[in-house]
Amino acid sequence: MRVTFPHMGTLWLVLRALLENFGHTVVVPPAISSHTISLGARHSPECVCLPFKVNMGNFLEAAALGADTVVMAGGAGPCRLGFYATSQLEILRDLGIDLKMLVLEPPKNSVWELGGIISPLTNGATTVELVRNLHFAFELCKALDRVERTLSELRAVQATPVACDRAWEKALHLFGQVRDVSHLRQTEHQATELLSKVQRRDTAEPLRVALVGEIYVLIEPSVNLHLEKRLGDMGVAVFRSTYVSDWVSAHLIPNPRALLYARKLKSKARPYLRGFVGGHGLETIGKSVIYGEQGVWHHSGHAANLYAGDCSAEHFTNGEPAFRGADYDAGV
Amino acid sequence: MSVGIPRALLYYLHFPYWRRFFQELGIKVILSPPTTARILNQGAAVTVDEVCAPVKVFFGHVLELKDQVDCMLVPRYVSVERGAYICPKLMGLPDMLSHSQTSLPPLFSPNIDLRRGSLAWLSPLLEARRFFSRSASSIGRAYYRSLQEGRRLERQLLTGLTPEEAFHGLKHRRLPGKRLRVALLGHAYNVYDPTLSMNLADHLRALDIDVCTAEMLPSEKVAWGLACRDGKELFWTLSKRILGAGMYYLKHPHEVDGLITLSSFGCGLESLVGDLLARAARKAELPFMLLNIDEHRGEAGPVTRAEAFVDMIRGRSTNARNIPTHGDAVARTAGAP
Repeated sequence: MRVTFPHMGTLWLVLRALLENFGHTVVVPPAISSHTISLGARHSPECVCLPFKVNMGNFLEAAALGADTVVMAGGAGPCRLGFYATSQLEILRDLGIDLKMLVLEPPKNSVWELGGIISPLTNGATTVELVRNLHFAFELCKALDRVERTLSELRAVQATPVACDRAWEKALHLFGQVRDVSHLRQTEHQATELLSKVQRRDTAEPLRVALVGEIYVLIEPSVNLHLEKRLGDMGVAVFRSTYVSDWVSAHLIPNPRALLYARKLKSKARPYLRGFVGGHGLETIGKSVIYGEQGVWHHSGHAANLYAGDCSAEHFTNGEPAFRGADYDAGV
Repeated sequence: MSVGIPRALLYYLHFPYWRRFFQELGIKVILSPPTTARILNQGAAVTVDEVCAPVKVFFGHVLELKDQVDCMLVPRYVSVERGAYICPKLMGLPDMLSHSQTSLPPLFSPNIDLRRGSLAWLSPLLEARRFFSRSASSIGRAYYRSLQEGRRLERQLLTGLTPEEAFHGLKHRRLPGKRLRVALLGHAYNVYDPTLSMNLADHLRALDIDVCTAEMLPSEKVAWGLACRDGKELFWTLSKRILGAGMYYLKHPHEVDGLITLSSFGCGLESLVGDLLARAARKAELPFMLLNIDEHRGEAGPVTRAEAFVDMIRGRSTNARNIPTHGDAVARTAGAP
């Protein structure tokens, strides 16, 4: 089985490590390029949202490299993501491309179904191995996000334009080789070291911008036109609202803190939105309010709201932040 | 006391229920007039660009009604059945409305979320009880009667009446003789809205075509259609009906001569379901046409498309079955990249 998956930020490092730990051969799709996007768009329904098209591009490019199985997320609505895999499979079939889809659906009735859902991926791993591998993947994900978070702030004050990017590339290379938790600490330490060696320039406190919006366009730089890097190069400290590890700890791992945070988001968004509207509409608004209150936006800080073309959920946030920007004296 | 009901979106599915419900409570129901270009334009002027045309029409109807009524019905529809949602845009509709508009009458917007729990229907009723300050027993009675009335009128749709004809007791002339039949599938609020659909159904009828819609197909047949496709079950109620009806007709090609899907530009649900139907229709070799609509107002376009489509299916029924069903030459099935 030669497994592939769609790209989303640094997630490929995590998934590659995870799947290789289970003994699979992994075909990482080529990094997203304009070719990927136009290839995907050509074979996707016209009016579907952007992530669908980019995913398609990833799958087609990975299939050309010899992948035969795709690991894909599922879902139970109302976001279209939950129906991506079904639709993509039909398109691939019509194209005559023989890719198997392993769709990770949320369990319908009880958490015990999870075992059955992931069993084709685990390659007969024992429970101990399973837990160890998943734990490592989650730790790797968190470590990557911690480093990237530092990076987004550091870029604003780097002395030479590409210093941060070079350090980040090296760090990604280091992270790419880690396969167990004991080496992970060491690698993260090395990566932080790399970043701390980046020369800073003397500057007043940089402008701060919070990025809120739909998770895919926030996390995948080639889809948001490297917005974080661009802002950083302009001397703006970027505060991104969502990282993969945040999503995982909020949605996949039962923990009371995530529940409390979700409740807080809901109550903060309440003046603007009465409830869940699918996708990340509620989160976008709730987080914007929280940032407004915490003053992430202070000193004429602003928020940029990103959303994929035609994302239904984010239509609401499109109209709404205008109000909140005014409420908290920040531009949106 | 009067309540305004905008003639848009789920009006085409749920109006008889709400009308009877309010009548039982002694509340006057004021319905906005059928959509006109002016209503569409005034709605489009106050909404964000990206929302679909039916939502803009809804806003237009709200503006039309707002000075004539004491309160307005804008339910927050999340789900009307277990395990499925309505549509993300409708879930935030009351919020979008109350933030973009000032000087609206009070909105009665019960939260309708029947996804889980068999008692979930109680909560909108409790909201109604609070909002209109009526006794629990009168609300309960009104609810019971509204269910009876709604189901009675839904059965009438199965005889080939459109919702407008059924809801308002209009007559539908049916000409005798063997005629061609076309299934016109799409969201009810597009298919039956005279302005949004640019009277497509009437144009087809004028071309001597029997038009049938997803609402005219009994739910067992829709369910059958859904069951005959493999792959994951849909989780959008409205799309389930469209896809189910489409699949049913594709498997029963003697019941219809062609399939037209009408979808609004930017409809998230239709972007996927329309594609699935188009692929299935290509395999079943049933004539198929997908029309996308937005605020554009040139009726000649859809009329020409409809005429060409009808000519094609006529040709197939009288001459040869081998006339291509649609766009085979440009079908994106030819070869891998």
